[in-house]
Amino acid sequence: MTDPEPERTPVLALEGVSKSFGAVRALRDVSLRLYAGEAHALAGENGAGKSTLIKALAGVHRPDSGTVLLDGAPVVFHGPADARDAGVAVIYQEPTLFPDLSIAENIFVGRQPRRSFGRVDHKSVRQATADLFRRLGVDLDPDQPARGLSIADQQLVEIAKALSFDARVLIMDEPTAALTGSEVARLFGVVRALRESGAAVLFISHRLEEVFQLCQRVTTLRDGAWIASEPVEGLTEDDLVRRMVGRDLDELYPKQDAKVGEVALSVRRLTREGVFTDVSFDVRRGEIVGLAGLVGAGRSEVARAVFGVDRWDAGEVEVDGRPLKSGAPSLAMSAGLALVPEDRREQGLVMEMSIERNINLTGFGATSRAGLMNRGAERSRAVDWALRLQVKYARLADVVGTLSGGNQQKVVLAKWLATDPRVLIVDEPTRGIDVGTKAEVHRLLSQLAADGLAVLMISSDLPEILGMADRVLVMHEGRLAADIPRAEATEESVMAAATGRGRNAA
Amino acid sequence: MTMTAKPASAAPPEAASTSGFLDRVLKVRELAILVVLVLMLLATQLDNHAFLSEQGIKDLLLNATILVLVAVGQATVVITRNVDLSVGSTMGITAFAAGEFLRGGGNPLVGVLIAIALGIGFGVVNGLLVSLGQVPALVVTLGTLYIIRGLDSIWFGSKQITAADLPSGFADFGHNGFGAVPYLALLTAVVLIVAAYYLRSYRSGRDLYALGSSPEAARLAGVPVRKRILTAYIVCGALAGLAGALYLARFGNVDSGTGNGYELTVVSAVVVGGVAFTGGSGSVYGAALGALLLTSINSVLPSIGVSSVWVQAIDGILLLLAIAVDRVVALRVAAVLRKRAAQTRSAIHHA
Repeated sequence: MTDPEPERTPVLALEGVSKSFGAVRALRDVSLRLYAGEAHALAGENGAGKSTLIKALAGVHRPDSGTVLLDGAPVVFHGPADARDAGVAVIYQEPTLFPDLSIAENIFVGRQPRRSFGRVDHKSVRQATADLFRRLGVDLDPDQPARGLSIADQQLVEIAKALSFDARVLIMDEPTAALTGSEVARLFGVVRALRESGAAVLFISHRLEEVFQLCQRVTTLRDGAWIASEPVEGLTEDDLVRRMVGRDLDELYPKQDAKVGEVALSVRRLTREGVFTDVSFDVRRGEIVGLAGLVGAGRSEVARAVFGVDRWDAGEVEVDGRPLKSGAPSLAMSAGLALVPEDRREQGLVMEMSIERNINLTGFGATSRAGLMNRGAERSRAVDWALRLQVKYARLADVVGTLSGGNQQKVVLAKWLATDPRVLIVDEPTRGIDVGTKAEVHRLLSQLAADGLAVLMISSDLPEILGMADRVLVMHEGRLAADIPRAEATEESVMAAATGRGRNAA
Repeated sequence: MTMTAKPASAAPPEAASTSGFLDRVLKVRELAILVVLVLMLLATQLDNHAFLSEQGIKDLLLNATILVLVAVGQATVVITRNVDLSVGSTMGITAFAAGEFLRGGGNPLVGVLIAIALGIGFGVVNGLLVSLGQVPALVVTLGTLYIIRGLDSIWFGSKQITAADLPSGFADFGHNGFGAVPYLALLTAVVLIVAAYYLRSYRSGRDLYALGSSPEAARLAGVPVRKRILTAYIVCGALAGLAGALYLARFGNVDSGTGNGYELTVVSAVVVGGVAFTGGSGSVYGAALGALLLTSINSVLPSIGVSSVWVQAIDGILLLLAIAVDRVVALRVAAVLRKRAAQTRSAIHHA
């Protein structure tokens, strides 16, 4: 799918870039051209390689092959500083601030205005920050330390930082995820002004309507491969989704109807001060309940508290009518709760250990006799679950870190399913895994629910929530903002609740 | 500090009060040590009227200078979320090297420069190992601690330098001063002020705080992480070297065991002074106050009749107390910030 691209030289471009991390091929032969005065959208599902592409442009990752072109000439960015000096400013999805430094210092670190003898001009730093905030219409104190800022405020600081560069290329990775409507409008105003003054903009958002509002051109990635680059005009949202997903949605979200049984997990007025407040919901047998919300809304924190990783300050949690204690994960496990955490590399797996060992981390009670581990029992337990979930591996003794992301995720699932849970909490079950494995994970979750398991699924992937959940709970800034049945759950209704524009709590 | 002064118009009242609160906490941290120190000295003075005589003050300052110098260097490293355990060994070997040079009739100033240069050399080694090796600084500098100590023993064996070997002018410099203020203390004060000014007012100084606060964010912000870590270790090594030369001037006696175990006293001083071991916060003034407090206790206890066997135990208690206070304050601050953030949110909501 080619399009009549302008004759002009792109300000910044990637040609045939590939990048692998171990067994995972994050980018395969991807090209992208950013032109002055144009806003370019980057579309693709979670795990399609968007963040890797940005990091290649920003000098964080060096491509394995292919070139980065600046004004048509090949360049090698040896680090973020090189990209910055070339006029590339990046707003990352996860704010990367210095908690101990003031907001003003965060914005100007390494580039502070100076007075005589190279001394930092603290007054100008503060003044320039105040000016930036005025331009963005933000009420933040430049002297306040970044520690304790809300995610939205952190995001605003990141935006101010990027604007302070007077960049030729502005790259924004989901900058609007945590912002309110008026903040988004103001940001777009500033971005348009930048674009009209000749800057090139690369924009990523899972809110497709924003892509259509802001951008002139869109490049789509799927599973790390380039799919299309084309003008936005004449494209519909459905076209874009089809390019991103590359198959029918039914196939990707094979949701079976299941008989909904009695309440398996009951959460009542759960509160952890300053993190989430007054959260109440039930999950029934056979039901997949989606928990949606923006980054930082408190979804994972609720899951962690329910499972007992973090303590809660008030409220109750019951599994099959049995109350759980605050801050006691082993009690939660024996009550039949399982948590597949958000970050499988840090929280879900011990990366240096074998597949077998990882699966058996939850099974010391089941596979040991008189306190001694029984290798045979361990082996058969691991083989059994690895086969059931169709984990692709060479030997069970292989280090789990050598598997692809999707297979790693299956090992985490195997580890928890082997405990025969009554309630399964999955946090971002398909983040960073390829579309094929993603469909398999979805089929598995659907099958488990049909067999009577209660599933609570946290996801930032809206199509996944809409495609898989029987009911969608939406969190907004630490509170449950909505409880939407499958039939009424749409992108609009969920996003409205997630951004605080929606209906009142159910 | 002018850095914390606020322009009248910049901020909404809510945010302003939050930052004012934090500023107060941070200043209070250094002020608290100062208050403890002053109270302790005054109480001792009431008990023993000879304590704060001219000679008494001079002794207090002289005792503190060397520890303050090394603590300033250590603080620079700890701010970057690293540590240098080799400072005791460095101080010992540089004192000996300077002594050997002076014994052979060398120029005292050159002797001091040799000590500093040697310290810088070890700083470079530490800095390169830590920044390139991706190995925890604790382990790396534990290794260099033993290596340098070993070099010291191999080089000097059972040799010893005594005051008689040194030019008299050098020893005078180590003992005399203007009234109650020894030359060594003045020199240390100058180093302290320069270091504090550098950390506060230069980009590379600010980078040290940034990379201690969040190494990943520093990398993404284009801070030259390796270069900055190297710089911090060089500063630390240079000050340990200078401290070695001053040790020689003050005590005159150096053998291959000089500075043994000193690194732990230095780390205590830095932590007591409020430089967070997790990096990114604290100041060299705090570290200097911590050093002053620890050395003053050494003088205070004998003069109020407490046996000096208590000194180490009390140092340890002080250290735990300081860490406990820091932890409690940090939790309080976090709780307050969380609540304030929640209030701001709901205020926006109901607006």
